[in-house]
Amino acid sequence: MTWRRRPLSGRELGIVFALLVLVAVTTAVNPAFLGAQGLHDLFLNASILTLLAVGQTLLVITRNIDLSVGSTMGLTAFLSGQIYVADHDTPVIAVLVAGIAMGAVCGAVNGALVAAAKVPALVVTLGTLYVFRGLDYGWASLTGTRQVNADQMSGQFLAFGSGSVLGVPRLTLIAIVVLVAVNYVLRTMRSGRELYAIGSNPHAARLAGIPAGKRILAVFVVSGALVGLAGVLHAAYFGTINASVGSGEELAVVAAVVVGGVAIFGGSGTAMGAALGALLLTTITGALPILGVPALWQRAVDGAALLLSISLDRAVMARLASRLRRERNARHG
Amino acid sequence: MAEAERAPRPLLELCHITKSFQAVQALRGVSLALPAGEVHALAGENGAGKSTVVRIIGGEHQPDSGVIVLRGEPVRLSSPLQARRHGIAVIHQEPVQFPDLSAAENVFMGRQPLRAGRRIDREAMNRRAAELFERLGVPLDPTRPTRGLSIADQQIIEIAKALSGKADVIVMDEPTAALSAVEAERLFTVARGLAGQGAALLFISHRLEEVYALCDRVTVLRDGALVTSASTGEIDRDTLVRRMVGRAVDHLFPEREPGSGPEALVVRGLNRAGAFHDVSFTVRSGEIVGLAGLVGSGRSELARAIFGVDGRDSGTVMVNGVLLPAANPRGAIDRGLALVPEDRREQGLVPELSIERNASLARLGAVSRHGIVSRSSERATARRWGERLRMTVGRFTDAAATLSGGNQQKLVLGKWLATEPSVLIVDEPTRGIDIAAKVEVHSELSRLAAEGLAVLLISSELPEVLGMADRVLVMHEGRITADLPRERATEETVMRAATGTVDAA
Ligand SMILES: Nc1ncnc2c1ncn2[C@@H]1O[C@H](COP(=O)(O)OP(=O)(O)OP(=O)(O)O)[C@@H](O)[C@H]1O
Ligand SMILES: [Mg+2]
Repeated sequence: MTWRRRPLSGRELGIVFALLVLVAVTTAVNPAFLGAQGLHDLFLNASILTLLAVGQTLLVITRNIDLSVGSTMGLTAFLSGQIYVADHDTPVIAVLVAGIAMGAVCGAVNGALVAAAKVPALVVTLGTLYVFRGLDYGWASLTGTRQVNADQMSGQFLAFGSGSVLGVPRLTLIAIVVLVAVNYVLRTMRSGRELYAIGSNPHAARLAGIPAGKRILAVFVVSGALVGLAGVLHAAYFGTINASVGSGEELAVVAAVVVGGVAIFGGSGTAMGAALGALLLTTITGALPILGVPALWQRAVDGAALLLSISLDRAVMARLASRLRRERNARHG
Repeated sequence: MAEAERAPRPLLELCHITKSFQAVQALRGVSLALPAGEVHALAGENGAGKSTVVRIIGGEHQPDSGVIVLRGEPVRLSSPLQARRHGIAVIHQEPVQFPDLSAAENVFMGRQPLRAGRRIDREAMNRRAAELFERLGVPLDPTRPTRGLSIADQQIIEIAKALSGKADVIVMDEPTAALSAVEAERLFTVARGLAGQGAALLFISHRLEEVYALCDRVTVLRDGALVTSASTGEIDRDTLVRRMVGRAVDHLFPEREPGSGPEALVVRGLNRAGAFHDVSFTVRSGEIVGLAGLVGSGRSELARAIFGVDGRDSGTVMVNGVLLPAANPRGAIDRGLALVPEDRREQGLVPELSIERNASLARLGAVSRHGIVSRSSERATARRWGERLRMTVGRFTDAAATLSGGNQQKLVLGKWLATEPSVLIVDEPTRGIDIAAKVEVHSELSRLAAEGLAVLLISSELPEVLGMADRVLVMHEGRITADLPRERATEETVMRAATGTVDAA
């Protein structure tokens, strides 16, 4: 046995397997599930969650977390709508830049509080979850725009959200590009490996000369930017926005990350795993009505998946530890 | 004076460094010069301030006053990163690892070799890590995560870290504490090589033979103040000890009749794949049996399996004629077995809790055989043991993390000794403990044995095993290769069995 990396870890293979089983069962019940439209919708929905989960992975690897994802996404989605209310002909790229920038600013606020004020991310982002949402609602009532509808947005923007390139939804392509980039950085760049080091043992990271504060702030900004991107894409895809977009999304995001094998106490996990986790949770959500379970149960399922994964992680970790001990000795025996 | 003139200009100089932590004055005006090409020893009792010097050189702490001069220039070392950029490498007393990352990544974190496009060159990294491990004589797999490694292996990684950079000031805080003589000798070879190439080394150890074997000069600290600095050729061992402790210490091992009571611990045919094979031995009540062997020979694993922290594949363990259930430490404790584990920091301390709290943790109650032990009496015992082992403690209400490395060891050791078991397994009981306290530990173990305690003493320090044990078991690659009565146990017979040179059993 060697410890060299394989393309997919055991955990990731497990998720792929679960996905296959789920898809097979659901398709057996209703063949339309795997139809072109079904797949298209599935991937579109998974794409937005993937963007959020990939950003969250960066944070969780460093032993941080962002509970304000849903609110940040709501804020940036609402921003997209507001931009079109103000100027119907804004180019798509400008909206994208504005959304990403706003997300980054939200991330920077979180990151600054965590890194500089040394308050745990759990507490900081629980606070900003409500602050950002409050701003969102406040903005809505101040401008009197309860809801922005598709007809108020530019056709270009809506086409951007629902378009495809060579049959692959554009949102999915964007998610894949982001996933590949983040995966690359995490695997092969020093800065990426340093994130694992920070999460694995903060004290050792300091001794190794890693500028943890700077890295954590950067990760909050990047992750915020990705959330901002997701918010804009959400607006472009759904075409209807109000101030409550993304409420409660933090549960699905954290669940996807944890299901994907990213250790909640930091130090291990991959963006690929988190993306697979997002795909699995989205598929479950899509499969529930077909299997006769009311969609109301979605939150409960997300929560259960989260708990199940954490228990699984514990068991796996215990076994890994004893196997590592054994292998160390096998060399001598 | 003549010597000072001959000596080249020091690479690193500390001038009148003081440092205090709240009420504790850890360093009082310490000056130290490390010339290129020299290995300098820093000696002193637990809590004397050695690690504080190390942390100041390593940029972890900033001195309250005093100047650090590097290559003739005053510098401010405001962070570990700064220190590293100035060519300073530190081997920490407590190895710090990234348990999720590979051994090679642990060694090279922040300095991984790069390929085109600033990508990490994993192959080069693994190869270089493997070379370093090879040079240190412990061929770890560079690609395995470091979770679950023994203290000795962690120590090797810590050393490899310091050697991997291009440092020319290398500070080693008790690098050999977890190593046996063989690995330590390898390290010395490497250290001498570095000094030969013009590096300046600072070396800390409580084993004075190592100080004499490796170092050119020795500086003694007591209570944070510099007591003496002399060339090792000019100061003899007894003087050195007197300077450290403030009095003479008799380091004769206590005389004791070999134990001959009933068989208290009987181990038969114990197996665990990959760890140890077919291990059988007995320890009589009143007997001290030493267990010697090289790093990785499976001694700690055996101890853990006997106690039940780890499982076992086959074999039986009996304590006072009663079979122990496998993998059930609680059951073992209830039947009078105690294990002072190798990794006392990980398995014996809660660093955030106060010293007092640590000494009276619930475990102590669980270990008591009569079921009822009051908190206050636990605390009193722990304090008594603290005094016996000469623990230097500011306030018992401070967090255990603020204790010096050796004092943390004493805290845990005292806590376990106070539980009064009938069979005691101690894994490296004097690691990191200063000379005077070592003598205390030895005489305590001997006193307890004389009162009928059966002791299995695991130690990498050969003189300790030879001096304390009535009988010496030697392990090599998971097997017991020798069972030597006191008369036949010599450095040579033990080392031969430990290295597998000859089957002496
Ligand atoms: N962070 C801290 N807070 C409070 N006190 C501290 C701290 N670090 C060290 N001390 C105290 O400073 C003194 C010197 O500690 P230091 O670790 O330098 O000792 P040492 O010589 O390395 O001992 P040992 O041989 O046991 O490793 C001790 O009394 C210790 O309790
Ligand atoms: Mg120390």
